Amino acid sequence: MFKIKSFINKHNIYGLLTGLFFGFLLQKGGITDYDVLVGQLLLEDFTVFKVILTAILTGMIGVYFMKSFRLIEINLKPGTLISIITGGLIFGFGFGLLGYCPGTLVGAVGTGSLDALIAGVPGIIIGAGIFANIYPKFKNSFFEKNQIKKNNILDYFSVKPILIIFIALVVMVTTLILLELIG
Amino acid sequence: MNIFSLTRWSPYLVGIFIGVLSWLSFLISKRPIGVSTAFVRLSGMIEKIFINNEVEKKEYYKKYEPIVDWEVMLVIGVIFGSFVSALLSGNFEIKIVPELWIVNFGNTPIFRLIISLIGGIFVGFGARMAGGCTSGHGISGTMQLAVTSWVALFSFFIGGIISAHLLF
Repeated sequence: MFKIKSFINKHNIYGLLTGLFFGFLLQKGGITDYDVLVGQLLLEDFTVFKVILTAILTGMIGVYFMKSFRLIEINLKPGTLISIITGGLIFGFGFGLLGYCPGTLVGAVGTGSLDALIAGVPGIIIGAGIFANIYPKFKNSFFEKNQIKKNNILDYFSVKPILIIFIALVVMVTTLILLELIG
Repeated sequence: MNIFSLTRWSPYLVGIFIGVLSWLSFLISKRPIGVSTAFVRLSGMIEKIFINNEVEKKEYYKKYEPIVDWEVMLVIGVIFGSFVSALLSGNFEIKIVPELWIVNFGNTPIFRLIISLIGGIFVGFGARMAGGCTSGHGISGTMQLAVTSWVALFSFFIGGIISAHLLF
C-alpha cells in the first residue's frame, strides 16, 4: 500500500525540512505547551498572539515583496462566510477543549505529551473523516454558493497595495505594543 | 549558553523566524505552510485499510487523495523538530495530564483523554469545514491578506476563548 519510492521525492523532502524547522520553532516559542495555549484562550498569557501576529507581519512583508518581483504567487483559500464562521467556531470550541490546534498538537507529540498523541491526534483524524463522509450532502449549499469573490483585502481599496500593507503593519505593531503593555 | 538549549525564545523572535520560514516555503515549495489537510489524508489512509476500494469513490478523498504528500511530510517534520528542540533544552517529558489541568481537575488522565478526544473531533471537523487551521488560515492565509483567513482566525479564537472559559 505504501510504496517508499512514491513519496520520497524532492518536493516531499522540502515538506519534511519545513516541518522540522516549524516544529523546532513552535517548541522554542513555548506554544507546544498546553498551559501556554490554554493560558492564551483564558486571556492570561499572550504568547500565542505575539507569535502569530509577528509571524503574520513578517510573512506579509516578504510575501508581497516577493510577489512584486513575480517570484511567488498569492495562494488564497476560497470559502463562504457561513462555512468559515461555522467551521471556525466549531474548530475553536474543540481547540479550547483539546488545548492544542493541529500544528501545535503534533508539536506537543514531539515533546512527549501523550494526551496529544493518544487522544488528540485520533480525534482530529476522526473529525476530518466524519467531515469527508458527509461533505457531498451539503457541498453545494454550504461551500459553493456565495463564495467570497473579492478574497484579497487589497482588492477592497483603490489605493496602492503598499499603502494598505503599511497600514496593516502599523495596526499589527500597535496591537503587539498594546499586548506588551497589558502583559 | 547555547541558544539551542534555551527553554524558551522570545515570542517575537519565534514569530519572525516562522514568518521567514513561510517566505522560504512559498519560494522553494511553492506553497503556504498548513497542517490540517494532512489529517484528511491520514483519515483516508485509515479508511482505506478498513473499507478499501470505497475510499477512492468518495468525493472529498478525490479532492484530498489519501497519499503521503508535502503536508503529511511537514507534519512528520514538526514532530521531530519539536522533539529535537525539547531534547536540547531538557524539556522532553512523557506525560498525559498537563499542569494546568492538574491544578483545576486533579490528576485525572482518563477525563483528560476523553475531553482531548472530543476536542480533537471538533477541531478536525471544524478545520475541514473552515478550510484550514491556525497554520493554514491563521498564519499563511492572513499574511497574504485573505478575507477568508482573517475571518477564520477570529472565529477560531472566539470559539476557543468561549470553550476554555466554560471548561475552567
